[in-house]
Amino acid sequence: MKMLVCVKQVPDMESRFKVNSEGVWFEEQDLAFRMNEYDEYAIEQAIRVREQLGGAADITVLSIGPDRVVEAIKKGLAMGGDRGVHIKDEHLYQKDPWQVASVIAAFARDKNFDLVFTGMQSQDRGSAQVGVTVAELLGYACVTTLVGFELSGDIVTARRELEGGIRGIVKLKLPAVVTCQLGLNNPRYPTLPNIMKARQKELLAFPIMDFLTEESAAITERMYPPEKKGRGLVLEGDINETADKLVAILKEKTTVLR
Amino acid sequence: MKALLICEYLQGKLLESTYELLAFADQLGASKVMLLIGSEAQAPKFDGKIYLADAGKFGEYNPDLHKRLVLDTAQKERPDYIVFVHSSFGWDLAPRVASALKAAQVSEIVGVVDGKFEVPSCNAKMRRLLTPKTKQAVLTIQAGAFSYQGQDRGVPQLERVDLAGSTPRVEFIGYEAAEKKAVDLAKAEVIVSAGRGIGKKENVETIAALARALAGELGATRPVVDAGWIEHSRQVGSSGQIVAPKLYVACGISGAIQHIAGMKKSDFVVAINKDKDAPIGEVANVLVVADVMQFVPALTARLQK
Ligand SMILES: Cc1cc2nc3c(=O)[nH]c(=O)nc-3n(C[C@H](O)[C@H](O)[C@H](O)COP(=O)(O)OP(=O)(O)OC[C@H]3O[C@@H](n4cnc5c(N)ncnc54)[C@H](O)[C@@H]3O)c2cc1C
Ligand SMILES: Nc1ncnc2c1ncn2[C@@H]1O[C@H](COP(=O)(O)O)[C@@H](O)[C@H]1O
Repeated sequence: MKMLVCVKQVPDMESRFKVNSEGVWFEEQDLAFRMNEYDEYAIEQAIRVREQLGGAADITVLSIGPDRVVEAIKKGLAMGGDRGVHIKDEHLYQKDPWQVASVIAAFARDKNFDLVFTGMQSQDRGSAQVGVTVAELLGYACVTTLVGFELSGDIVTARRELEGGIRGIVKLKLPAVVTCQLGLNNPRYPTLPNIMKARQKELLAFPIMDFLTEESAAITERMYPPEKKGRGLVLEGDINETADKLVAILKEKTTVLR
Repeated sequence: MKALLICEYLQGKLLESTYELLAFADQLGASKVMLLIGSEAQAPKFDGKIYLADAGKFGEYNPDLHKRLVLDTAQKERPDYIVFVHSSFGWDLAPRVASALKAAQVSEIVGVVDGKFEVPSCNAKMRRLLTPKTKQAVLTIQAGAFSYQGQDRGVPQLERVDLAGSTPRVEFIGYEAAEKKAVDLAKAEVIVSAGRGIGKKENVETIAALARALAGELGATRPVVDAGWIEHSRQVGSSGQIVAPKLYVACGISGAIQHIAGMKKSDFVVAINKDKDAPIGEVANVLVVADVMQFVPALTARLQK
């Protein structure tokens, strides 16, 4: 069983974002980066498939981006991936989902992966497009918003999350792409010995130009913080004073303390 | 300019969010035509043309079949935009249609500015303005972002569409109902919810104590539920419960759209967050910028007096 897991490295969402000099993305300097949350579930699921098959499987962890993304690949290897692939691109932020998907598909095309795992969406861009587009480009079956996964032979029984907590159950045949939703499993933490072991694992690097043939399909005109319209009161400072103020406000503006 | 609007239909019912597509097309200034893969009885009250593919034959959502139906309809109508709601249906189907048409896709639109599309980024902390480069484009709109005023109410002209032989690769087996709600948060007058910002499971008790002091119920965000800190029946949001209490207190919650979808009808919202820019500030009447584990005990102590 050959598996590919696509991981994106994204900034910590608790960061303060500043628009970059081109005005189309955020300034990356001074930000802490981590693996896209959804992609942790993707790696975990691939590892569970390998465990289910008694080890008869191979997991490639791929990320496109500048050198910093090697950290995310290494985390994937420390969790249990077998091999890392870094597709180097200093200007990833200028690529749209269509280009990112076409690069992943170009890498994967002649490698006969049975299963491709992606996150349902990336936390910074959040287009929820890359996984499905990869499937379409490779001609693979695809299920999105995965919250349950069972493999038996070459048949996957998948549970998709729908609105209001309802789940749709579907069956599909490999090869397939699945996009993973929060809560699919419990992603393991890399242990120290596994982090050490990951350092010995194969890590291949390619320039993005080896795989990029497509132009972007959409243009980002600009990025900006949302307008702070209709915002409420902001209370800051000493905890005890703030708590007193809040109690007074609740007494005045709501009926719950009466 | 023409927009082909793809209706939302689930478990035999048209979803109300379908009407948001009409509102969006109006804001764009596009003429409208719809595609419903569902039953005639459920057709939206839209004073225009609707292509109808019968759910009796096509069943519930099937990506391969639905993609072909959308593409066939697009072939007939040649719309500039094909529009979906950004839902489990829309985000699944839209990229398939976009790939087939080699068209740009813009996801989760929240606004239209001079014909350009505004979308959220970075968990709603930033916005981006996008323009498709391709002649046709596939769009998904954020649920709740465009509100419908009922301007198109009427009787549609229906045209039936069908597909000749096809073998879908994904087989639909059935639905699994949402977990039964042990707690009905919809009736609560006060809800105090814990987010990932509370740090660890042991801290849930501090939030629960505030809920008790306010005679309210404890709620939670999804990561807190996924981590097993609080049971699922207390999850607030699009995949949890939709609530409308008199007071909602959000403790260490960033304010992702899927969470806000569950609590924005609350009468009064207090958010406690160490990050002044957290998007929960957009819906909070009062944002307390503080460490939640320091502030909450101080507040609880005052309420217990
Ligand atoms: C299809 C789909 C459905 C979803 N459905 C739901 C749903 O029903 N409900 C739901 O909640 N989510 C849902 N989500 C997930 C949602 O997108 C967010 O990931 C989630 O709401 C974030 O939860 P959070 O605010 O607890 O965590 P985070 O986003 O991690 O936010 C934590 C917050 O705590 C603050 N913080 C950290 N430390 C402190 C401190 N010491 N003191 C004060 N503040 C602190 C941070 O500044 C941050 O704002 C869904 C996602 C998808 C894709
Ligand atoms: N730069 C990237 N490198 C590797 N995988 C990516 C990259 N960007 C997106 N992906 C994958 O595609 C998924 C969806 O991303 P998006 O379409 O941007 O919301 C992510 O969860 C990743 O699995």
